[in-house]
Amino acid sequence: MQKFSALSLLREALRGHKGWGRQWDAPEPRTEYDVIIVGAGGHGLATAYYLAKEHGVTNVAVLEKGWLGGGNTGRNTTIIRSNYLYDESAGIYDHAVKLWEGLSREINYNVMYSPRGVMMLAHNVHDVQVFKRHIHANRLNGVDNEWLTPEQAKEFCPPLNISRSARYPVVGAALQRRGGTARHDAVAWGYARAASDRGVHIIQNCEVTGIDRGPDGAVSGVQTTRGPIRAKKIAVVVAGHTSVLMEMAGVRMPLESYPLQALVSEPVKPCFPCVVMSNTVHAYISQSDKGELVIGAGTDQYTSYSQTGGLHILTHTLDAICEMFPMFTRMKMLRTWGGIVDVTPDRSPILAKTPVKGLYVNCGWGTGGFKATPGSGHVFAHTIARDEPHAINAGFTLERFRTGRLIDEAAAAAVAH
Amino acid sequence: MLLIHCPYCEADLPELEFRHAGEAHVARPSNLADITDEQFEAFFFIRENRKGVVFERWRHLHGCGRFFNAARHSVSDKFIRTYKAGEPKPQLSEREIAAATPIGRGTPANEPIRLTGEGDGQ
Repeated sequence: MQKFSALSLLREALRGHKGWGRQWDAPEPRTEYDVIIVGAGGHGLATAYYLAKEHGVTNVAVLEKGWLGGGNTGRNTTIIRSNYLYDESAGIYDHAVKLWEGLSREINYNVMYSPRGVMMLAHNVHDVQVFKRHIHANRLNGVDNEWLTPEQAKEFCPPLNISRSARYPVVGAALQRRGGTARHDAVAWGYARAASDRGVHIIQNCEVTGIDRGPDGAVSGVQTTRGPIRAKKIAVVVAGHTSVLMEMAGVRMPLESYPLQALVSEPVKPCFPCVVMSNTVHAYISQSDKGELVIGAGTDQYTSYSQTGGLHILTHTLDAICEMFPMFTRMKMLRTWGGIVDVTPDRSPILAKTPVKGLYVNCGWGTGGFKATPGSGHVFAHTIARDEPHAINAGFTLERFRTGRLIDEAAAAAVAH
Repeated sequence: MLLIHCPYCEADLPELEFRHAGEAHVARPSNLADITDEQFEAFFFIRENRKGVVFERWRHLHGCGRFFNAARHSVSDKFIRTYKAGEPKPQLSEREIAAATPIGRGTPANEPIRLTGEGDGQ
């Protein structure tokens, strides 16, 4: 692997950047691997990387039906935070934030992690109570989160309208300073490059069409559009299509898939210093390094695999954005798109073994999986390599919907998150 | 935005008048206290979530207020038909399904399209 450094950049600059090779290999699939990971999004690639790095499992294939990072990894609004209510959630999301902090250096790839602060707005008494409860719970879990008055919120984010005459006045905010954003494509590319360097095969345009099981019920391999591939361990990391993939192995999931939309504005000069979210009026916004405002909308109300959503969902979000940030009322929106997110009943993910021997699943991240990418890959690799969960993901089982031990962030946040 | 036919009002109306109400034909057990945890999980949490034809409940919230069922294709989002609550799950003809199935959407992210629970859709 070519190492990126100031020196290598300078050297390439002097010879017209002709020396940069492939960043990851494109091998032909072998007939058998130790582990097959289905889905080359951020979570799948991170899992492959940590399998190779932390557990020495390098005979790994990551199969991707489309192109690497072309699903929800390339469609999200790149927000990173860990201010979740419950201990299990704080554990896994803060594990991810800690990994984000050193990730660019670790994989020698600039993922542009920018801890610019995530500010969540409170608009009513209920919000204030819920956010303060979150702040106290976060503090007990060692997760930074602090309460701001409207004036402090405006100082932190000057474009914010804190007028009392706003339709939904800002009455306070919770700020996580370690929260922020990262470059989503770079996360997929960086993990792909680092995993490939350790011998992992990344095979694109290779769709899994069936999961084979042996006479003992354990998985034995997959059928793909590029032929059958054998493996004793198969990990499904396919976000919105998890129900479809798991059905191939005869496992029915507590999931529903919804379209989630986002949009970006025309690029403008730096004008927005942080990430602002409002659950109550449902809008979140940040500014990318290219200068576009990156705006997240809500899910459609119906289940779908259409990868598109209703226009009224976008206009609803933009109404809220314009109300909170009047300076954006004349901004032109450039692009909108949709992705399919898999939502669990308690709005917490599933990273676990399944009833089928050798089959593992990492799913249910719903509307907010990007932020967890490094932590998710790290503990999921442990789960696959050791055939038992890491302490951090021990609660995120598939069985919790049978036992009732839910991690009910749905009730805690009162919205999808 | 979807245009939805309310079988009670007998009119095609904008989605904003309706609330999606989850998978249809999920029968609530009458003996909830007696069923096992597995049976409760299957009833309460497990969902088909099919890529293809789905049967789902809708409520005409800002209209007649009544619940009804719909058959819809979850890739094209086209409705195949809507029918009143209490009516059995309809047998859909191949033609009806084909009319709701998207064509020419051959991007890797969208293929393959599964019409039924059988086979692998190839």
